[in-house]
Amino acid sequence: MGKPNRILILFAHPALEKSRINRQLIRSVRGMDSITIHDLYEQYPNFHIDVKTEQDLLLAHDIIVFQHPFYWYSVPAILKEWQDLVLEYGFAYGEEGTALQGKKFLSAITTGGSEQAYCRQGHNYFTIRELLAPIEQTARLCGMEYLPPFIVQGTHQLREPHQIARYAEHYRRAIALLRNNTLEWEQLRQYKHLNYYLEHESNTLESPLHVQ
Amino acid sequence: MSNENFFVQAFVYLAAAVVTVPISKRLGLGSVLGYLIAGVVIGPFGLRLVGQEGQDVMRFAEFGVVMMLFLVGLQLQPELLWRMRVPILGLGGLQLVANVTLLSGIGLLLGLPWQSSVAIALILPFSSTAIGVQTLTERGLMKTEGGQSAFSILLFQAVAVIPILALLPLLSTTSMESVSQAGTGSALAGWQQTLLVMGTVGGIVVGGRFLMRPVFRFIAATRLREIFTATALLLVVGITLAMQAVGLSPALGTFVAGVVLAESEYRHELNSTVEPFQSLLLGLFFLSVGASINFNLVLGQPLLIFGLIVGVSILKSGVLIGLGKLFKLDLNQSILFAFALVQGDEFAFVLFSFAAQTNVISERLAGSLIAVVALSMLLSPIFMIAYDRLIAPRFISQSDNPEADEIDDNENAVIIAGFGRFGQIVGRLLLANGYPITVLEHNPAQIETLRRFGWKVFYGDASRIDLLYASGAEQAKLLVVAIDDSEQILEIVDLARKHFPNLKILARAIDRRHAYELIRRGVDVIRRETFESALDMGVEALKLLGVRSYKAYRSAQTFRQHDKEALQDMAFVEGDDAALMARSRQLTQDLERILQSDEQEVAHEVDRSWDILAQQQDIHLQN
Repeated sequence: MGKPNRILILFAHPALEKSRINRQLIRSVRGMDSITIHDLYEQYPNFHIDVKTEQDLLLAHDIIVFQHPFYWYSVPAILKEWQDLVLEYGFAYGEEGTALQGKKFLSAITTGGSEQAYCRQGHNYFTIRELLAPIEQTARLCGMEYLPPFIVQGTHQLREPHQIARYAEHYRRAIALLRNNTLEWEQLRQYKHLNYYLEHESNTLESPLHVQ
Repeated sequence: MSNENFFVQAFVYLAAAVVTVPISKRLGLGSVLGYLIAGVVIGPFGLRLVGQEGQDVMRFAEFGVVMMLFLVGLQLQPELLWRMRVPILGLGGLQLVANVTLLSGIGLLLGLPWQSSVAIALILPFSSTAIGVQTLTERGLMKTEGGQSAFSILLFQAVAVIPILALLPLLSTTSMESVSQAGTGSALAGWQQTLLVMGTVGGIVVGGRFLMRPVFRFIAATRLREIFTATALLLVVGITLAMQAVGLSPALGTFVAGVVLAESEYRHELNSTVEPFQSLLLGLFFLSVGASINFNLVLGQPLLIFGLIVGVSILKSGVLIGLGKLFKLDLNQSILFAFALVQGDEFAFVLFSFAAQTNVISERLAGSLIAVVALSMLLSPIFMIAYDRLIAPRFISQSDNPEADEIDDNENAVIIAGFGRFGQIVGRLLLANGYPITVLEHNPAQIETLRRFGWKVFYGDASRIDLLYASGAEQAKLLVVAIDDSEQILEIVDLARKHFPNLKILARAIDRRHAYELIRRGVDVIRRETFESALDMGVEALKLLGVRSYKAYRSAQTFRQHDKEALQDMAFVEGDDAALMARSRQLTQDLERILQSDEQEVAHEVDRSWDILAQQQDIHLQN
């Protein structure tokens, strides 16, 4: 299995106390080995982001995850502030800005609208991947590989606890696979969403993966 | 002089000043000319209200000049003085050398004995510090290049008086014994004299640096204002006596003391304490100069006197303008400082009398020359008016940056009154961002501590308007009132608003009621001293109760905003305590409703989601 990938989850939810989905998702990965959860709104309630600390955190991990609700087709405000400050010229991009090269990047988002709403016929017109293009390109510019995003859609209809718990379990499995390097990277790249890969994988594999 | 006589005299002098000076000022002639004219009016050739005793008054009033030099010294920190060394030595030295050479040559040509020529040539180049500084300051020209050059020359002259005093007796045609008695008052050899001079000046420097600060600290701790005033005056008088004892210019001594104390925390307080005395005495001095002009002599030989005045004025200003060119000053500035220095020096009165006593020049010539000097003093304000009206306007387009000079860095844009727990934080933030501050603090012990940490703090009670002036409130942008006495804060705010309408005021509010008072006064920025930290602690408490820190933070923001509005609202609630209480209760309920409605929202979160339309559409699609 080799050395596990160290994963940094940059988590942004301005009102976690009201959250139903993200709270379960983040809870599901809490306490896992080699996983660092960094709760931005909790850390920086007044948006005064410590750039040096953040950059050190990035350097200490192999896979960077943005986990957040999909607000106005983008990240919550603090995560944008984080990008503007932390992904500096000379660190993340530019001539000497090679600090993030070779790392992998994952978006883990929740949307209120369902998948059908994110298409030409749908209310949001664009697909999720189209809307995530700015983040994808940000990762590319920093020399990181943009993985297919993990997405929980239609959260408004997710009323039943067992539905939510299923997503939480998916998320935990995805993070574990990434950490353990136990997924087919080539195959993963074929999928639009990480969720589809998980479905495919659980169908082909007889025994579900066990996660400590 | 009997008591009654004293009061009559005081009445005459004061009345003359009170009547003439405001008129002169209103007519744009400046205060110096007003005093001089008033002197002429009450003098022996006017209303004859003052006679010969005017001479005594003048000698007493010369103390005003001494005080002025002390105040000038207070404005000049040593490093500033050091930066001026080139103009002081260069301009000052050359001015004297050129004038002395030219004037003695002219004297010889006119057939005077060489001793007389040299003596006159040594005395006439001096320019009155009192008039020069006063007219320049009054016009706000003191900090221009020309003003600083003029001041450099005056400073050099203050020093040059010493060797000249020693030199004059040597020119005497009478025996040396009488000379040495009349002269410096001591019969010391040259090297002894030099040692004495250096010893005295050194004593003032060392004493000022190491002795005066503890003394002032001790005095300030008594909180007795009049004793502080007495100490300040005692210092100036003491130095004057010491300098006289060793035959030095008292003005020079107090100047040195001023420079030494310019770095101390008592700078502004000393300035505002001594200033009223200085102004009054200086006025009195000008009055007595006016009264002492001997118009009999003038009218007896009008052509000679007139010729001398014109000749000397042309010569002096010619030399100065030439020097200005040499030192690469703008022509505009050269003319300014030439005109500011065209007048003779009050010291010339003493020197000419002295020269006459020692038979260096004849009594009659001395009398005429004294009249020339006095009249030239009368003329110099007129020269300045001519400069204002005729010369300065021509140069306005050329001199784009007349104020740009490196010396004007004494006054800071921010004054902080009170440098305790509150003021320090404000000050540190400003300093850390590179904004220099002027700090006033009235607790000597606190100043001592702060100075030890390298803070530049001045002693003074900021509720005194003169101290605010002295610390540069006229030029400053902000006044931070951070003292802890609520009544005094209001006092300072009222004073500052009245005298410095352009100054933005930031005031510390002690409590809610105090904040209302400040709001009603229209203070620009008000911060309650404990509000922010208490609110901050509230946030921490909420966090420990399990509230997410961003929510706690937001909640505090809401609370702050609401409370700020409530404060504004309450400040203008008329009526008694009951009305206030009722309004207050109402506002508190409002706040609770706001914060808790946010809580209840959780239940309806889904309905209020930002993509509610999408959700409805989804449901639509699915159905």
